[in-house]
Formats: sequence, C-alpha cells, structure tokens
Amino acid sequence: MSPNLTLVVIAGVLVACGVTLLLERTLTRVIVGIVLLSNGINVLFLVASGRPGQAPFVTGGTTAEQMSDPLPQAMVLTAIVITLGMVAFVLALAYRSWQIDGHDEVQDDVEDRRIVRRAERDETSASYDDDTRETSDEEGEGVSR
Amino acid sequence: MTGTAWDDWPRVLLPLPVVLPLFAAGLTLALARRPRAQRTISVTALSVVVVACVAMLVLTDRGNGTYAISVGGWPSRLGIPLVADRLSTLMLVVSSVVTLAVLLYSLAQGVADGEEGTPISIYHPTYLVLSAGVSNAFLSGDLFNLYVGFEILLAASYILLTLGGTGARVRAGTTYVVVSLLSSLVFLTAIALVYAATGTVNLAELSVRLREVDPDVQLVLHLLLLVGFGIKAAVFPLSAWLPDSYPTAPAPVTAVFAGLLTKVGVYAIIRTETLLFPGGQASSLLMWVALATMLVGILGAVAQNDVKRLLSFTLVSHIGYMVFGVALGTAAGLSGAVFYVAHHITVQTTLFLVTGLVERYAGSTSLDALGSLAKRTPLLAVLFFVPAVNLAGIPPFSGFLGKVGLLQAGVDVGTWPALVLVAGGVLTSLLTLYAVTKVWNRAFWQEPQEQVDRDHVAGLATATRIGTRTPLGMVVPTTALVVVGVAITVVAGPLFGVSDRAAHDLLDGTPYTATVLRGGAADGATEVGS
Repeated sequence: MSPNLTLVVIAGVLVACGVTLLLERTLTRVIVGIVLLSNGINVLFLVASGRPGQAPFVTGGTTAEQMSDPLPQAMVLTAIVITLGMVAFVLALAYRSWQIDGHDEVQDDVEDRRIVRRAERDETSASYDDDTRETSDEEGEGVSR
Repeated sequence: MTGTAWDDWPRVLLPLPVVLPLFAAGLTLALARRPRAQRTISVTALSVVVVACVAMLVLTDRGNGTYAISVGGWPSRLGIPLVADRLSTLMLVVSSVVTLAVLLYSLAQGVADGEEGTPISIYHPTYLVLSAGVSNAFLSGDLFNLYVGFEILLAASYILLTLGGTGARVRAGTTYVVVSLLSSLVFLTAIALVYAATGTVNLAELSVRLREVDPDVQLVLHLLLLVGFGIKAAVFPLSAWLPDSYPTAPAPVTAVFAGLLTKVGVYAIIRTETLLFPGGQASSLLMWVALATMLVGILGAVAQNDVKRLLSFTLVSHIGYMVFGVALGTAAGLSGAVFYVAHHITVQTTLFLVTGLVERYAGSTSLDALGSLAKRTPLLAVLFFVPAVNLAGIPPFSGFLGKVGLLQAGVDVGTWPALVLVAGGVLTSLLTLYAVTKVWNRAFWQEPQEQVDRDHVAGLATATRIGTRTPLGMVVPTTALVVVGVAITVVAGPLFGVSDRAAHDLLDGTPYTATVLRGGAADGATEVGS
C-alpha cells in the first residue's frame, strides 16, 4: 500500500507552520502553533491507518476487509479530546498572563534576568569565591562588589 | 477464576491504583465545599492504593512475575492491557508511598484549603488525578495508553504548578506547559509512525513485530520515542525546562513532581530499551547522554544560590545515573537503575519537603538569607542532613548502595565508554557531596551573611508566614519519609533481590510478552469482562 500523497503533504505543511508558530514569544501564537501541530499529527494518524474503507453498517454487506482500520481513528479521537483540553488550559494561562502583565509574552526566567543584570553591572556570581582579593586588592575592587 | 484464586489475586488488584484515585477525584470535586470530607476521601483512597500496591508487589514477586488483564474483556490485540510485572509494581509501591506522604504534608501546610486564592478547593481532585495518571503510566501495556497516562498526569501537573495563578507561577507554568505539550506531540508522532510500521500499539506484540521492521525505520522510531521520553525525564540536552519551572510551585507540589514525574519518563525509557528495542542500538548514545546529564546537572547545582533550584539541578543530574544503568544494558546495570529509581524517588521528595519546612521557618530558600539554622532548629537540621548525605552517597545509606551497584555494573562491562561513565559517576557523586555540603554550611551551620540580594529573595521565595511554628502535621510525614529513605538501606538486600529479578524479567522479555498475549485471548473475555 502506498500512502496518500495529499494527506502526507497536508500533514507536513501543518507541522511546519505549527513549529514556526511555536517558536514565537507570544503565547497566543504558541497556542495556534500547538493546534496546527496536533492537527498535522492527527492527519499523520490517518495516513497510518491505511486506505479508506466503506461504511461498516449502512451498506449491509461490507466485509471486514472492506472497512477502514478503526483503531487509529479511535486514537485520533482521544488525541483530539486531549489537545482540546490542553489548548483550553493554555488559553486560560495566556489570559491570566495578560491580566497580570498586560501582555501574554513568555518571559525570561528569573535566573536568566539576574545573570543578564549581573553581566551588565560586570559582577561575578555570589557563589564565586574570589581568593585573589587579598593579594591584589586594588585590582579586585573593580570586579567584585 | 476458580481453583487458581490465589494466582489471580494480583489481576483483581491491577486496575485499583488507576480507578480508585479517579473515582475519589470525582467525589472530592462534588464535595468541593466540604474540606473535611475531601481530606478524608483522598487520604483513604491513597492509603488503600498503598496497601493494594504493596500486596501486588508481594504477590507478583512470589508468583510468576507478570500479571495482565485486558480492560473491558476485549481480545488482547484490540483492548487496552494493564500489565503488572516486578518493575512496575515496585515503581507503584514507591510512588504511592511518596504520594500519600506528600498529601499528608500538604494538608498540614494548608495548600489544599484554598489559601492560595483558588475559588473552590481544586487541590484534592487534581492531586488524585495526578496519582491515577502516574499509576496508569506504570501499568499500561500499550503505547497509546501510556500516552494517555502521561497526559493525565501532565494535565494535573499543569494545574498544580500554576495553583493560585501568581505572576511567577504563570511564568514558570508557561515554560513547563509548552515544553510538555511539545514532548507529548513528539510521542504522539512516534505512536502514529509505530502504528504505520507495525499495525499495533500493544507493547507485547510490538516487541515481536518490530523485529521484522527495516532497521533504519526501527532506528527512527526508537529515536523519536527516546526524544519524547527524554524531555519528560529531563535528560541533559532536553532538561533546561526543569530548573526553571519546578522551584516556583508550592513545596509539596515540587516535591511530588521531583519524585515522580521525571521517573515516569525514566520508566518509559527502561521499557522502550528492554522490551521494544533490545540489543542496544542506542546504548552508546544513551551512555554519552547519561554522562552529560550527570555532569552538566551537577555543575549547574554547584553554581546555584537557592536551595530549591540547587535541588532541581541535582534532580537532573541524578537522572543521569538511571540512564547510565539502562545504557549498560546488562542485568546488573538494569538492576542498579531500578534500585536507584526507588531510592531517588524517596530521597529527592524528602529533600524538597524539608526545603519547604525551611522556607516556612525562615521565610526564604536563598542561601544568602539563611544561616545558623542548626542552632535554631536542630530537628530540621537532622531532617535535612540524613537525606542530603543519602543523596550524595555516603556509605551506610541506600544512595551509596545504588551507586556502587551501578559503578560495579559499569566496571563489569569494561569497555572504555563504560569506564568513562564510571569515572563520571564518581565525580558526580563527589560534586553532589560538595553541593549539599554547601547548603549545609551556609544554611545550617554558618552565621547569616550581612548582605542579602533583595531582588533575588523577592523573586524566588514565596513564603508568607515567616517565623511561625512548624506544624506537627508537616514534620511527621517528612520524618516518615526520612525514615523510609533510611529503611531502604536496611532492606537493601531484599530490594536488590526484587530489582535483580525485575532486571532479568526485563532482559528476558518472554514472560511479559507471553502473559499479555495469553491474558486477553484465552480467558480474558469471560472472567474480566464482568
């Protein structure tokens, strides 16, 4: 069996767009990215399930071989439900972030900001043991606090 | 089920660790306005789970080692199998004990009673769902159910991490949620590709069918699964999210995350390596990853000034030991890894709980703001000291035994990458000792330093009540976990016995496969369906 090219291309485009959006700093775009990415993967499941089949009940005489594989469809359904819940949660998170900060950009970590501040002030870390201080006192002044 | 009732007991117990917490979660959600009823229900549910897990471990270890049921009585190839072998029941016992202890601790701390500003008491239902998710992941016998287990525990963890929705927690939560979602999507992709290649997601069947797949395709599937699990387990290049997100949560939440969530990832890696892809295609890759995880993690820890962040980095570092054991691929290595997981879950959780007590007592976890705690509160000092030296691997404790087991296994393998890893392991152990000694010296032993970096303290510490008395309800569970950590040393012989047998089962693989495939098809429909 050869996979359906259209589905493969759709999956690829969705995943590519999703990844691009996921790299954005705004949480809203990240959410759209997650939605696109997960839809791309859902299409991938359809590719994995093989050829499409006939309806199992309506036409009466459909044999098991003519039906499409139901298992991946059950998995996709579960995955869709899970993604829906997660997207709802991230939306709430983005809203809360907007409520607190007035924007929904993903912020830098506390530690990162501290390091940047230290670098700007040309300071060493507090856990850095400056044992040259006593020998070269005048030089040490400029570097350490 | 006639005649062989004794043999079938574990099968009856199998769904309990998943179903009971979920059911209790529903009840506690319905009783959101009655805190006392909520408390009673969740403590009862988790206590019953502990008893059930211990019973399962004993019965599985005494019996034939593996038990399986097919949920809903479907034939094993279609239904969802739940499988308990020695590895998963051992993990279940340790995780359920830790979960119960942390719950008791958090009750005394009052996180549960909505003090964090939540309108209804959401803590209990979420916590129970987390416990159900962890159990589901440990028991799951197929890849997709493993994914569902991961999602259950992750969804619960998102809520626990952002509890109360303060600025710092939203910031930390965002990183965590986005990274976790990404890892889940990678895992989902892997499942789709595995299904496309083999037509099944049942682990037992996969172990047979994957061998017929083209080696290149196998490698792709293998690496995709490893990347997904590696993010969850915080293995080095994929671990940067962890120290940024864990320390901002309330202490009990961080404790349970540190103990359990990454270990579920490690468990998944062990399963993948032994059941799906035996023969170690990726073992040399895993070795380098283990080495990098150990060293980079511990160097990060050494540079930290905040106890919670420091502990988060040691958590990353010690994941490396477990990956090391898996990468060796020998029975001794796997056995060491299993033992180390059990030891590390207890110890790391205990350390975070003690840090919570310190934060409550002194109002901060920054080493700059702490000092001479040993004089002011000797009990806290002892509670910190014991698990700390245990983590560092000082001889009488279980950390030492686990590390020796792993290093011995590494020396036995004897190839040069294995020996480099052994050296890395020893170095990491020494640096861990240095890191915890630093905490001990500056927080417990020395006088507090005059100059305090105010921004840092304000940014990281979230304590509210400075100098209040530490409630007995928080000290007792912590002490209990310290005792459990020491007790692991006392029962190290039997425990190593269990982990040895678990490792042999894992390497053999046939008992698992045979039990699962027979479990549903032969008699599952009649006896499990009702």
